[in-house]
Amino acid sequence: MNDAAENQNGREATIRLEKLSKEFPGQEEPAVKELSMEIYEGEIVVLVGPSGCGKTTTMKMINRIIEPSSGRIYISGEDVTDKNPDELRRHIGYVIQQIGLFPHMTIADNIATVPKMLGWDKERVSKRVDELLETVHLPNSYRDRYPKELSGGQRQRIGVARAMAADPPIMLMDEPFGAVDPITRERLQDEFLRLQQEILQKTIVFVTHDIDEAIKLGDRIAILRDQSEIAQYDTPETILTDPADEYVEDFIGSGASLKRLSLSKVEDIKTAEWPVAKLTDGHDSVRRKMEQSGKDYVLLLDEREKPKRWVSLSDVEHDSIPLKEAGWPAVAIVEANSSLYDTLDTMITSYRGSAVVVDDNGGYKGVVDFETVLTSIEEMRPQEGHQAPGYIADREDLPS
Amino acid sequence: MSAQETKEKQRQEEAPEAAPQQPGGKPGASRGPSLAWKLGRYLTMPVFLVLVCVGLYLGISSRDLDSIEQRSLSGGYIIQKVVEHLQITVVATVLVVLISVTAGVLLTRSSMRRVSPYIVAVASTGQALPSIGVIVLIAVVFGQFGFKIAVLSLIIYAFLPILRNTMVGIQQVDRSIIEAGRGMGMTNTAVLFKIELPLAIPIMLAGIRTALIIVVGTAALATFINAGGMGDIINSGIKLNKSTILITGSVLTAVLALSVDYIAGIAEDILKPKGL
Repeated sequence: MNDAAENQNGREATIRLEKLSKEFPGQEEPAVKELSMEIYEGEIVVLVGPSGCGKTTTMKMINRIIEPSSGRIYISGEDVTDKNPDELRRHIGYVIQQIGLFPHMTIADNIATVPKMLGWDKERVSKRVDELLETVHLPNSYRDRYPKELSGGQRQRIGVARAMAADPPIMLMDEPFGAVDPITRERLQDEFLRLQQEILQKTIVFVTHDIDEAIKLGDRIAILRDQSEIAQYDTPETILTDPADEYVEDFIGSGASLKRLSLSKVEDIKTAEWPVAKLTDGHDSVRRKMEQSGKDYVLLLDEREKPKRWVSLSDVEHDSIPLKEAGWPAVAIVEANSSLYDTLDTMITSYRGSAVVVDDNGGYKGVVDFETVLTSIEEMRPQEGHQAPGYIADREDLPS
Repeated sequence: MSAQETKEKQRQEEAPEAAPQQPGGKPGASRGPSLAWKLGRYLTMPVFLVLVCVGLYLGISSRDLDSIEQRSLSGGYIIQKVVEHLQITVVATVLVVLISVTAGVLLTRSSMRRVSPYIVAVASTGQALPSIGVIVLIAVVFGQFGFKIAVLSLIIYAFLPILRNTMVGIQQVDRSIIEAGRGMGMTNTAVLFKIELPLAIPIMLAGIRTALIIVVGTAALATFINAGGMGDIINSGIKLNKSTILITGSVLTAVLALSVDYIAGIAEDILKPKGL
């Protein structure tokens, strides 16, 4: 996210739109009016705005599915406004909401569309299809199936695989997860983010009307108003904490502070100091630790460092109860890469108002409680005087 | 009688055009029915047709035939008429498919969108005319009789179903599929041949089958412009007031039409792209 900001001083934009306009015949107002924006290598830029604001038109002008009325499009420095559009499009991945798989072609043939057009030999195409099916987590046996035999989520994965087939440096995605159910959508979003981080590193222009999706996926978000006019173009963190104007604020909707929490991970905040002991330790040492730390509870870990039980002083007073059964089980556990939002959710529903942070293997890393979360929220806030009025109201709502 | 039967058949055939989406919407058509059911479906019609022919043969051979009847009902003569009839049918169908599919493709190109309704309207008039009228009128207009004129009038008569189904078939292709293709850098030609036409095939085939039935039925009228075919048998039956000849000619024409339709149905099943 910070890379994007650095890129702006110096490196050339991967996609640069210069005063791009689109007028449709028979309409008085242009759909897009003199839009200029820059998109840098490897970032996901989300165009978000209400229906009819021109966000899809804007995106479709990048690969010239819609030809701009005026303005220039530069890709990696090259002016592609007058380039052969078919040639241009073969090097830009394109995913649309309806997916548009070819129903009369097998999954393998669908994925191979662009590589075949680029003249790859059979073996290379076939290898690439295998590779992509693996990337999108679909079994190789799907090669010879037809699109109608797949579920909506699977089709969407094939749509993404097809767009990535020739490894284009740029991908355009028009509400790609819009037509699937919410659970599948979330899974696809997570998968997409993981792909982008681990493998793709592509420059992605993503269109959605869902601000939550924008916040979740975008490295930068461009909030658009009518005629694709940019209301704010910044990182989700900045947009949430420091919306440019009332329009942006309205568009983000209520609960901006809470949404902001979903952007921070629990591993990024300082965990609270907490006494821990092993299940194999004696009752005495547990009591000693509790006294030393001044806390009322101690967390007991098993031999593999996994958090098991919380015990209070009264629980360990009598040696007769083994530590394995003393106190109550530690169930409020979050992984280090969980968002603060999820962590807070776990904490609220937990018995003690605190959550145990564990690493990938389930080993103990620390404990967070309300106090630590509040401190980090405090740190996220922009400087005094920068705040939008709505934000202060939110702040007063929070107990301190 | 044969013409009436064929008309009936046409009406049945036109049903798929009324709901062009249907061919695509059949779920699991590729693996649905059991083998026995499939075999039953494919075997019923040939068995029925063979039974009709055998019945006809037995009926005729049990009667005493005079010399005229013997000549008109000899195996050699009937086969000659069947061959003539099929020649007219095949030539007319092949030509009309070529012409009207091409026309259908051209009329759905974006540059032709404005003129296409007019051309479809003209083609519709062709079919609105009674078939016997078309055949005779054309013969009169050209001042000729025979094979070529028969083929020409059949082409005019069968032009519309294929043209209309080709256009509907192409127009009903989901826009998003075409957009996906364009978005991946397919040229207009590639979109036509790899997306639009394959996806239009089920509906186009239904139109071609309809046209084929129209042609094979209407070809019986070719006798009036001296182009031969099964119509010769029927016509001589009428003229000579010989019901044996008339019935044989009519039944055989119907059998021929049903056989052609049956074969066209199988071809349709085979040619349909998988996955639809």
